[in-house]
Amino acid sequence: MNREYVGRVYPPGKPYEVSRVKIAEFADAIGDPNPLYRDREAARRAGFADVVAPPTFPIVISMTASGRAVADPGLGLNYAMVVHGEQRFEYQRPIVAGDVLTAEVTITDIRDAGRNALMTTRTRIRDAGGELVCTAHSTLVERGGAAGAQAAGAP
Amino acid sequence: MTAVRWDQVAAGAELAPASYPVTRLSLVKYCGASGDFNVIHWNERIARSVGLPDVIAHGMFTMAQAGRFVTDWAGPGAVVEELGVRFSSPVVVPDDDAGAVITVSGQVEEKLDRNRIVLALTARSGDAKVLTRARAVVRLP
Repeated sequence: MNREYVGRVYPPGKPYEVSRVKIAEFADAIGDPNPLYRDREAARRAGFADVVAPPTFPIVISMTASGRAVADPGLGLNYAMVVHGEQRFEYQRPIVAGDVLTAEVTITDIRDAGRNALMTTRTRIRDAGGELVCTAHSTLVERGGAAGAQAAGAP
Repeated sequence: MTAVRWDQVAAGAELAPASYPVTRLSLVKYCGASGDFNVIHWNERIARSVGLPDVIAHGMFTMAQAGRFVTDWAGPGAVVEELGVRFSSPVVVPDDDAGAVITVSGQVEEKLDRNRIVLALTARSGDAKVLTRARAVVRLP
């Protein structure tokens, strides 16, 4: 990976509109039957404006945003060799259906760890009013991606 | 769902473990819902060709089970303020009807101000610890 990409910022793209259908689809895919993700009345009784997104839902938005970095040919990341290393979300508030969100991605670090290369990103997700909703910190591991790992016959 | 109250929670309390199945169908659905179509999550040929034992689950699928564990325990009145994990080992999902099982357990690590607690989580699949340094900060009623 190209170390010169550390510090690069990918400004927000097209806003992402959070729909009830998408939240329900995501909840189905993770196998979580929680009514807060499907039933607006249940969500309102719990004090939310509309159905709530599961805690890991922001990955849908942050991954789309960071996909622009991952797919940037200048970065030189081999996606078939990528596994997820770490993930952390800080939530200012839960995401609910009806939110219109944008995501700005910053590549915060690229470094080698043994035979692998690690890339960390920070994605700030904001609502239509510009308020911060969630910050997602991701570390992607490119297996065998360390400088010289290929030359040594890995992986 | 149960509702856990902050003043009734003690630091050190263990949460009952829960097990969640993951099959190839789960991964196909997760690919579609998340938009993460990395071939290692659905194509055994390519997974093996890049040195993996078989198709592996999305790390985010496993993290989602940790999230579910937290929200099921805390109940609808709780708010998750932070959730973080390290993916220490892949969840290998064989091409059979049983698939794999992810078992999540947790402990109240610390009580914080503003009705918040820190949960320390672990997740295992088979013999492997698949999440480490997994933590949630939750605000309870």
